[in-house]
Amino acid sequence: MKYLKFMLIGLYFGALIVKSEALSWFRIQEMFRLQSFHMFGIFGSAVLVGGVTVMLTKRYHLPTISGETILIEKKPLQPTAHIIGGVLFGFGWVLTGLCIAPIFALLGVGAVAAIPIFFGALLGVYLYGHLQHKLPH
Amino acid sequence: MLGASSSLKHLCALVPSKAEYFQYDVRKGYWNLTFVFGVCIGAALCYRYFYETEQVMIAASTMADLQLLGLSDFRGLMPEEIFGQNQYQQPRFWSFTLLGGLFLGFGVRYAGGCTSGHGFMGLSQMSKASFLAVMAFFAGGMFFTFFLLPYFLI
Repeated sequence: MKYLKFMLIGLYFGALIVKSEALSWFRIQEMFRLQSFHMFGIFGSAVLVGGVTVMLTKRYHLPTISGETILIEKKPLQPTAHIIGGVLFGFGWVLTGLCIAPIFALLGVGAVAAIPIFFGALLGVYLYGHLQHKLPH
Repeated sequence: MLGASSSLKHLCALVPSKAEYFQYDVRKGYWNLTFVFGVCIGAALCYRYFYETEQVMIAASTMADLQLLGLSDFRGLMPEEIFGQNQYQQPRFWSFTLLGGLFLGFGVRYAGGCTSGHGFMGLSQMSKASFLAVMAFFAGGMFFTFFLLPYFLI
């Protein structure tokens, strides 16, 4: 039962990814060619809602459902890693037309191509985990 | 730790390995795995019952650009000519899926997060790290689209 709330948020996010067409390869091409507002509208509204929620949480010290204090940690700044990793991620985003959550959405939709994409991504994470110490961060 | 890409790390950490990166208590990531499982089921239900679009209505200019690159079938969520289940004998099926996935997985953990972790959660907190990562996502994506994609579509 403890996990039900995460499941519900996931269900909603999965439906949102399908209805907003964020898992469409065509939409991602349109986005990177800057030929439509569509994907930027999705990002913009998400960041707007997220930003206001974070601001209100900090301002009024809003608790979690079970009454605990929310501590929001910022990710550490690692410029080299963000830039090299980010660019490689961008390459993958163009090829597959997906970022990470849409991989799971496309698996749900039942597209065969989602299977090699998913295993490719797992392999990439596995490789990174083993090479982490040798890479500049 | 609040995006979708941590789930891939947790899945790798379920398999025993020597890498320090995967040495932690995976139970702390169960909520995240539940979340992405929800994404999968939510997408399946929505696609089955509430999705009737035959062709995604992308901009005419995008369609023209893609036609110049040799694509002609714009039905469905992704080009059948590349990703269709009968295409697996074509080398480009594997470069767009397996290689693409490899870039995604490696890049996302190197960068420390994906579109939801850095993009939504990070930007909502006005984090410098996330701003830099999102800029890099788009720089990489645009560079690939304009300079490298034509070679992959041959």
